[in-house]
Parts: sequence; C-alpha cells; structure tokens
Amino acid sequence: MITDEVKDRMRAACARFPERRSGMLPCLHLAQEAEGYVTPEGIQAVAEVIGCKVDEVESIVTFYAMYFTKPVGKHIIKVCTSISCYLRGCDDLMAHLEQRLGIKRGETTPDGQFTLLPIECLAACGMAPVLQVNSEFVENVTMEHADALIERLKRGESVEGHPGEWEAAEHTAAVREAATATGTDRKKAE
Amino acid sequence: MVDTLGNVETLGRYPLFVTRDIDIPGIDRIEVYRQHGGYMALEKALTQFQPDELVDEVKKSGLRGRGGAGFGTGVKWSFLPKESKKPRYLCVNCDESEPGTFKDRMLMELLPHRVVEGTIITSFATKVHHAFLYVRGELAYAVAQMERAVREAYEAGFAGKNILGSGYDLEITVSTGAGAYICGEESALMESLEGKRGYPRLKPPFPALVGLYGGPTVINNCETIATVPAVVEYGAGTYAAYGTEKSKGTRLYCISGHVNRPGNYELPLGTPLRTLIEDFAGGMRGNKPLKAIIPGGSSTPLLAPDKLDIPMDYESVAEAGSMLGSGGIVVLDEDTCVVGAVLRMSEFYRDESCGKCTPCREGTFWLVQLLERLEAGHGKESDIALLDDICDNMLGKCFCPLGDAATMSISSSIKLFYDEYMHHITAHACLVGPGAVQVHEAVGAR
Repeated sequence: MITDEVKDRMRAACARFPERRSGMLPCLHLAQEAEGYVTPEGIQAVAEVIGCKVDEVESIVTFYAMYFTKPVGKHIIKVCTSISCYLRGCDDLMAHLEQRLGIKRGETTPDGQFTLLPIECLAACGMAPVLQVNSEFVENVTMEHADALIERLKRGESVEGHPGEWEAAEHTAAVREAATATGTDRKKAE
Repeated sequence: MVDTLGNVETLGRYPLFVTRDIDIPGIDRIEVYRQHGGYMALEKALTQFQPDELVDEVKKSGLRGRGGAGFGTGVKWSFLPKESKKPRYLCVNCDESEPGTFKDRMLMELLPHRVVEGTIITSFATKVHHAFLYVRGELAYAVAQMERAVREAYEAGFAGKNILGSGYDLEITVSTGAGAYICGEESALMESLEGKRGYPRLKPPFPALVGLYGGPTVINNCETIATVPAVVEYGAGTYAAYGTEKSKGTRLYCISGHVNRPGNYELPLGTPLRTLIEDFAGGMRGNKPLKAIIPGGSSTPLLAPDKLDIPMDYESVAEAGSMLGSGGIVVLDEDTCVVGAVLRMSEFYRDESCGKCTPCREGTFWLVQLLERLEAGHGKESDIALLDDICDNMLGKCFCPLGDAATMSISSSIKLFYDEYMHHITAHACLVGPGAVQVHEAVGAR
C-alpha cells in the first residue's frame, strides 16, 4: 500500500529538482520499496505526485531494469554475469545457486524467500565473482560462501557482505611501496 | 602529507593524486577528511582564483576525461557560453557500468568527499549553481555515501548559500539511476535526470549549449571530478609533470580477470601495460601464458600479447589499435575461449541496447545469435564474414556510441584469433577451455 507518508517522501524527492518530473526515478524506487515491486497502485501514486499520465510512468517502469512489475522474493540474489566475473567462474556460481535453491535464474522459490537473477556488470570486477543480495554486495564468492550465505539468510541473519570488502588499502600500499623503491630496483625491493 | 605541495621530488615516481588518503580509516567522514587537508583545495579555489582562471589551470594541467573519450576537461568547460538566459548545470557521471571498470564505485564508497569537493570546485569554475551527481541505482552503498557526504558538506558550509563567505551559491542533488547502461552516455544521462527513458539525444546541439533542462551543461566523469581538487592543490604544473606529452597526470587503472592481484591502481599515464600486469597486479594467475588484453573496458578492441610493452596512455593505446577507454583492463589467459568471452561481452550490449535506433537494436541481437551458434559448434564458415558485415553496418551508423562499442571485441577478435573461430566451425568445439572436450550445450541459457 502506498501510504500518505510514502507520498510525502515522493513529493520531497521531487522538490530536490528544478522540475518535478525529475523525481520520476526516485519516486518509483520509493514505490517499489513500499510494496516490494511496482504495482498499478504504485504507478498511479507516482503519476499523481509527478502530475503526468499513468502511461508515461509505465513507459519508465518498463525501460529501467531495476523495477519489478511482478512480486519477487524476500531476498533477491543477483549474480553478475559480465566478462570479468565470467572469467572467474560466475557461470559455475550461478549453476550452483540454481541447484542449491532448486530454481532457475529468473525464478522465485515457492516459499517466496529467494529470487535468483543474472545482472550486468556491478562495478566489482576486481572482486569477481560477485553477487548482490538485494542491494548488498558479496564479493570473491566461492561455492562455500554461497552455501553459507543461503543458510544465513534462511535463518534471518544479515548478509555480512559490504562494506569492508575493498582491498583498496592493500593496493594503495602496493603503489606506495613501488613509489618508495627507486626506479628499476623496485622489483628487488618486493 | 600536505607538505608535499607542489614538490615533484617528494611526490616520487608514483604519486597518488586522487587516492592519496584512501586507506585512512574514517576518511569517508568530513572530520577525518578535513584533518588530512580535505576542502583545502576548495578554499584555495574560492580565495585565490577567478572562475576563468580555474578553467585555465585545469587546461594547463592537461587533465582529460576519465570516462572513456579522453576529451580535455578544461577545454570542455570552456565550451560553455559566457552568458546564458537559462540556468547552467553540472552533471557528475557516476553511472559506472562499463564491464571491467570499478574505480568510480571505489571512489564514491571510500572517498566520497573527494568527489564532492571536486564537484564544488568544478561548479565554481564553470559558474554553475546547481550540480547533480547521477549515481548508478544498483550501487546502494555508493548512493548512501554520496548522500551523506553532500549532507556533511552542506552542514560545514561548503555547499548551499554563500560558500565560505565567498558569495558563491551552489545546490548539490544526488540522484539515482534505475538500471540502464545507456544512461552513462551523457545525453541519455540528462534524459534520465529529467525523468524520462534513457534515450540518447541527437548531437549537435552539444550539452555545453543545450543540455539539462535545455540549459548549458557540463558533464564529467566521477574520477575526472575527483582529480580536480588535486590539480588545484598541487598546481597544474606538478600534475602535468607526470604522464606523457599528451596524456598528463595519473589515472586509476582497474585490473581484473586472470591476474593474481586484481584491483584499482593509480599510476601515471604511460605506465607500461607489462608493469601494470606483472608488477602491480602480481602477474598471471597460475603463471599461465597471456592470451589477450582488453585495455579499456569491454567497449574497446582486444589486444594480443605482443602489445604488452605499450605505454598505457591515450595515444599509445590508440596506436596499438585499441582505446584507453575507462581504464578497465581485463586480462585473459590462454585457457580462455575467445569466442565464448566475446559472446559474453556481446550479450551485454544486446541486453543494454536502448532500442532507439535500428542498427544497434537489430545488430546486437543478430551478433549474439551468430556467436551463440559458433560457440556451440554449429557455425558455418560464412558466419565469420557475416559477423564482420554486421559490425560494418553498425560501426559509425548507430545513433550513439553503444552500437560502435558492441562491435569492438568482435571485429578485433576475428582479426587476432581467426583460426580459433575456424576451429569452432571445423571441429564443432572450442579450441581451449571446457568446451574443447565436447560441444557446449549450456551456451545462451542465460
């Protein structure tokens, strides 16, 4: 249900832009957050807030991949299937999750707990293979990690993924180390 | 660390202009960021420069766009008309989604204030009073980090009315996408910000004249914006002392694929590819021989191992037959089936084509059909020529660069690995990888 409170948040989202129409995408995110997916009621509410036709909102919903137009599971597992993850075994990971959950990609478990989806490059190529649970990142995923993750989620525990997975510090250290070693002696220093 | 100001000697061979403080705990909070010299560049910009002088300074630094095209940042800024009736805007392109690229997400998550500080300086330089950060919708944590950083900047008086008593006003709005690669294209990004489908616009008019809400608009990549404070802080001369003659300064190289230490490395432009892969990324995983390199995200042509010694700057990579692009270096070892990898990249463009123009919408679809057939071992010899023909019908004939990008890995891999394509046709199987033993059945199931 789209409550008055949600509608107020939609109006506030629109107010941050010079033109109300710019609030379209943020409003649809709010509608989806409130109901799990973008329902006809959600679309109606967004059209009212923006001041446009329902058809116009529908044309946006069908263009952008993040909006669901059908109910989805409580935990949406999105496995990145783009090139860097492909090179590091995302297809095996996807197959493993399909088998583990007993569903194919694009489907939801009968108990409504899990939806499994492929997703395009998640900008985590250095930590491939990677997946997201709803919006949380889980990086450098092994089959064991994936199994443990499913168990955690089934028990109602948190993802325990992001933040904190970045190895930025390590890489900066690598550059620093190289910087302090002189010229071609750098390799010897390592 | 601030005492290194302007001194090339103490900065050493590998200076960290953008990521200097990235490993400091809590640097994503404004107090810690300021303790390490954060927002000093903004203060310097507001007190010691006129807007036009800042544009000149950035021109002098040689800073070029880090999103892919590599256009001169200061030059781009100077295209804005001196006077305009409509308000002018800045859009910061944080819609990172080029396969193989993961630098902007790191900057937003770990150094959000660097991006905000760059946004404010850039807005001041271009006389903009409303800036937008368009962050990719899937990157929820990056969105949250940017929103908090902007809020903290407002509270500290770095955004809003009369910034640091200078009389300069700036509003900053963080907006999110909703899952569409095409919105990383500048005109599609503006459409999306206006609440529409992310269809690219016809150019000209270019955004500098008619952009967001019809006003003159600057659009810069997130990393470019995050580099601006360093140019102001260290000075254009110091920044330009690094890199090559035409590719100045440092950039973030994202290395992924079959290497031991994938990750982001900030290094001077012109650093040899071999140094990047062997020294910084720790060499090939399992010591396997290198097969091919994608040097700048999946939208750039593949390079063979004989190009390992090229300097990674805009000119040298172009000379070698590819593009520096977004800096996303993807490394493939010898066990990788080239047709399979190219198929996977092509599926991306098919799925992300916005459908506005026919060559791209139809072309990306048929390219995938053909590659699937080849990879599964059912291809015909004429399929290779047909792939080339479709690429030829797309390159330069699509409405926006997405169509061109879709052809890059295909045409280049046919040139470099013709025999491997032929093997799929004659042996009905892959040359290397799991498909080499028997014909793939799983291909195309996604």
